[in-house]
Amino acid sequence: MSNEPCLLTPSQTVGPYFTLGLTPTRDETGFGPLITNEIRGDGEPITIRGKVFDGAGVPVNDAMLEIVQADGNGRLDAPEFPGFARAGTGEAADNSYTFKTVKPGPLGGDQAPYICMIVFMRGMLLHACTRIYFADESANPNDPVFSRLPADRRETLLARRVETADAVSYEFDIHMQGERETVFFSLADAI
Amino acid sequence: MSGKRQSAHPPYTYRDYKSSILRGPARDPVDLGELEAKQSSGAGVESRASLAGRFRPGELDHDLTRNARRGGEPLGERIVVSGRVLDESGSPIPDALIEIWQANAGGRYLHKADDHDAPIDPNFLGAGRNVTDREGRYRFLTIQPGAYPWKNHHNAWRPRHIHFSVIGESLAGRLVTQMYFPGDPLLDLDPIFHAVPAAARGRLIAHFDLGLTQPEFALGYHFDIVVAGSGATPRDDHGSGAG
Repeated sequence: MSNEPCLLTPSQTVGPYFTLGLTPTRDETGFGPLITNEIRGDGEPITIRGKVFDGAGVPVNDAMLEIVQADGNGRLDAPEFPGFARAGTGEAADNSYTFKTVKPGPLGGDQAPYICMIVFMRGMLLHACTRIYFADESANPNDPVFSRLPADRRETLLARRVETADAVSYEFDIHMQGERETVFFSLADAI
Repeated sequence: MSGKRQSAHPPYTYRDYKSSILRGPARDPVDLGELEAKQSSGAGVESRASLAGRFRPGELDHDLTRNARRGGEPLGERIVVSGRVLDESGSPIPDALIEIWQANAGGRYLHKADDHDAPIDPNFLGAGRNVTDREGRYRFLTIQPGAYPWKNHHNAWRPRHIHFSVIGESLAGRLVTQMYFPGDPLLDLDPIFHAVPAAARGRLIAHFDLGLTQPEFALGYHFDIVVAGSGATPRDDHGSGAG
């Protein structure tokens, strides 16, 4: 029996109540988070923190972000390495998000290290994909994707390194619209 | 933006859905595949990461009539919701994680941001999850959600729906959507539903299915979900060959 071609199911907004199903805190009946904001694995432990700004420059308090990444060795398939995490905005008083992860290594070739990020929120009928590059990486100018972006927009993908005595964090804000609108990618045709 | 997206997905901003105006990206997305075509090192994380099979929901997570009981049964009409997750070639996607969330029978979410004056059901959380089997099949047991008002415009009501999130084999196939019920008069009035191109709207409406209906117990609804594939040539072992 051969399979018939199928038509894509349309996207709809994640809405205002996604925390119930996607980022639950443990309910007293036991339904807890399946996917958290933490990724453990080989690599330098880092925190990624930032805000999501709407077209009026207001931090969005009901956005959901997902990240997909390689471990510190540039591996996507390391055993026990999920490479996937999820965080919401709106839990913190300043509406920031936080991921606790490891800094990814490059996949190889000319690629600089980066993290894929998917942005969802009430008001978005379709999610948007972007990449977090690290501002302190010398490989960025040679990265085949980063270097082909319009020069005046590349900076929207750079996370800034902040070091304190006992931790390394990166700051990465997302701007949905306006002069600093983050570069978003379409993946549907990616091979 | 690809033709596929234009024909199936809603635009980032849609005038009648007011909160989309300031939240959808204003510029067209950059085609990642085009940039990567020149890449000597092969594809990037987006097309190489495989997310299927990484998640293991709990035993009762798929049964919303039982996963949050506090000594009683949730109120409302029990329903079975089942279907398959497929890619565009019709190949099933096994081990896909499906997460759902919804209002209770009275149209109320168990969420701090929901101030609709309808009762909370102490025995209903409204959240569940499951993974697809080898044939891409999933199944949930839940309660028929109620319609509820929202503030998009005067006398605005959301049609009854269940939110679906699907994480399958490829990142290109990541999907968040909403499943609606056949015959709901509110569908004609809903800007979120109407943001979808007319020809594709019907794909968001489940079908009543007597075969899924359990005698003396619960009505059955069938809802298949088709997500973008990885773009790779389908493998022979996906069952599209000899059989």
